[in-house]
Amino acid sequence: MQTAEPAQRRSDAAAAGGSSALMSVRGLGIRFKTSHGIWQATRKIDFDIAPGERVGIVGESGCGKTITGLSIARLLPNNFAGLDGSILFDGVDLATCSVREMRAIRGRRIAMIFQEPMSALDPVFTVGHQIAETLRVHTGIAKEEARAKTLDMLRRVGIASPERRIDDYPHQLSGGMRQRVMIAAALICGPQLLIADEPTTALDVTVQAQILQLLRDLSATSNTALMLITHDLGVVAETCTRMITMYAGEVIEDAAVDDALVRPLHPYTSGLLRSLPHLSPRGGKLPSIPGRVPSILDMPNGCRFKARCPHAVAGCEAEQELCDAGGGRKVRCWRFRELELPGALQHLGSAPIAAMVSRP
Amino acid sequence: MARRSPARVIGSRLLQALPVILLATFMVFALLKLVPGDIAVTLAGDNASDTRIAEIKKIYGLDRPFLVQYGAWLGKVAQGDLSQSLLTGEKVATSIGRAFPNTLLIVAIALVLALVTGIPMGVIAAIKPNGLLDKLVSMIASLGVAIPGFWLAMILVAEISLKLNWLPATGAKSFSVSPVEAVRHALLPGIAIAAYGMADVARQLRGSLLEVLSSQYVRTLHAKGLSMSRILWQHGLKNVSVNLFTIISLLVNRMLAATVVIEAVFAIPGLGSLIVRGAIQRDFPIVQGVVFAMVIVVIAVNLIADLLCAAVDPRIES
Repeated sequence: MQTAEPAQRRSDAAAAGGSSALMSVRGLGIRFKTSHGIWQATRKIDFDIAPGERVGIVGESGCGKTITGLSIARLLPNNFAGLDGSILFDGVDLATCSVREMRAIRGRRIAMIFQEPMSALDPVFTVGHQIAETLRVHTGIAKEEARAKTLDMLRRVGIASPERRIDDYPHQLSGGMRQRVMIAAALICGPQLLIADEPTTALDVTVQAQILQLLRDLSATSNTALMLITHDLGVVAETCTRMITMYAGEVIEDAAVDDALVRPLHPYTSGLLRSLPHLSPRGGKLPSIPGRVPSILDMPNGCRFKARCPHAVAGCEAEQELCDAGGGRKVRCWRFRELELPGALQHLGSAPIAAMVSRP
Repeated sequence: MARRSPARVIGSRLLQALPVILLATFMVFALLKLVPGDIAVTLAGDNASDTRIAEIKKIYGLDRPFLVQYGAWLGKVAQGDLSQSLLTGEKVATSIGRAFPNTLLIVAIALVLALVTGIPMGVIAAIKPNGLLDKLVSMIASLGVAIPGFWLAMILVAEISLKLNWLPATGAKSFSVSPVEAVRHALLPGIAIAAYGMADVARQLRGSLLEVLSSQYVRTLHAKGLSMSRILWQHGLKNVSVNLFTIISLLVNRMLAATVVIEAVFAIPGLGSLIVRGAIQRDFPIVQGVVFAMVIVVIAVNLIADLLCAAVDPRIES
């Protein structure tokens, strides 16, 4: 597959800032009610997404990346207690707009796909119905026209003989085809932003690569911005131009993918990259990050990574802000200037990054 | 994918029904023989001598071994003959034909009432779980389950029939002669049976609807921008309809059983009254005939429910 030149990727990322952003998330925090009281799942989430940009949100399970995606679409679970900050999307603050406004945006301007395409599709309706439904709810076009557009969309997501598949039920399709159907239903209204939450985790490796390629191509041809939520750095390297790293409910680094891979600024990002199995020397010990993520009920002051960080010093217990590191990069570590952290490219020379980070 | 034709499904289900019919009628027959009392004594009249009773037994074949008697009854059934009452000599099929419409009307009214009230209650409760309306519905449903049908029936008779004189307290009218009068007579017994059904439908529907609403695909529907009412009434109801059909088929079985007591309270000449009278008088052909008819109804209802489930859920391969 073709990989964009690093220079071009960087300029894409630089264009993302400022007023040209499609979506600006500022100070986003989500709280939940639990039996232990109010639970701050995420806080101080800041990032921008430019029109047509492909951004990867990475971090380990429980870091708040999925909840961030769901809160943008305001699809929060019942025990949701409150939202702080703002989500400015094309002039509308999604954090405060009415339910009716939000419903008109969902599916039409912000679409979402999920991890498990089998359970994400209604089992008792045909896939054609479920794709056309998005279109009919938002535009009210006639049934025949919706069907024609659905057939067209099925073709665009690479489903062979769509005339036969359109009347199939989800259980009659393979996992990869189901995810293609999900993508078709998400993109049929031509949204400006597609939030994809672990879209390939439940799929076979070969199918994963096809779906990622499809997402990248569709995003490029229709100028739909992609917010790809994943724990898989390889997926980000293959698909995205920018990478936002989250840890314990905070954004800790925001940089162009190539920059982050070559020279991460946050010790956690560096640790993540170092623990990729196919980057460590054959036969050697696989580096891992010691310790565990702090409990949500007992968050430390200041840097949340300091207990596991090999570079922690006195001063890390002070509140950490997301600092501008220049070149469109941001990092939540006050020592970023003095640290020289290893990235994914330490011992792999200068071959194309995506090819190395992605699975062999 | 090849789906089996409905005709084949029905055929195989009827074959499966045979052992059920055999087992049910055999057990009832055995129970009737185990309990004390003998119809021959009744038939022989007051102060009959032992020899007279023995004679009667011989005439009706009651002196034969238990299994032979059952076999003889079964042999007649196989030829389409439910034999006749020992007491009145009337053909059992005729008695059932007369009683069955009365019972059917009560069950039909009870089922309609239970669904018309239970479905909205279940949906309302599921929209906001643990909300005020949910708690109210759950309270009403608990009452519906807890209140015995015969007690409710007597309260209804006392208040609505005797005090207010709105509806008749006893008896039944033929639906084909006067539909309005027939429904008026069947309404109170229908309500008495429907109370439990309403509670059952509301509770079960709430449960299965909550499961559907918390599913991943409902989240997808929200993400597509669908309104709550569209999600609920279009996707929610189609997804729970399989459970609903199952609930209904179980409910019909339960309601049929409940008519036995309710018909006694309202003095309705239905299947329930027929089987009670047959059992008290040890008139076993009557009892056997009614059990046979009820088993057929139950099997038919289950079969219809299965076919409906297969029609709404594409994953069911009959």
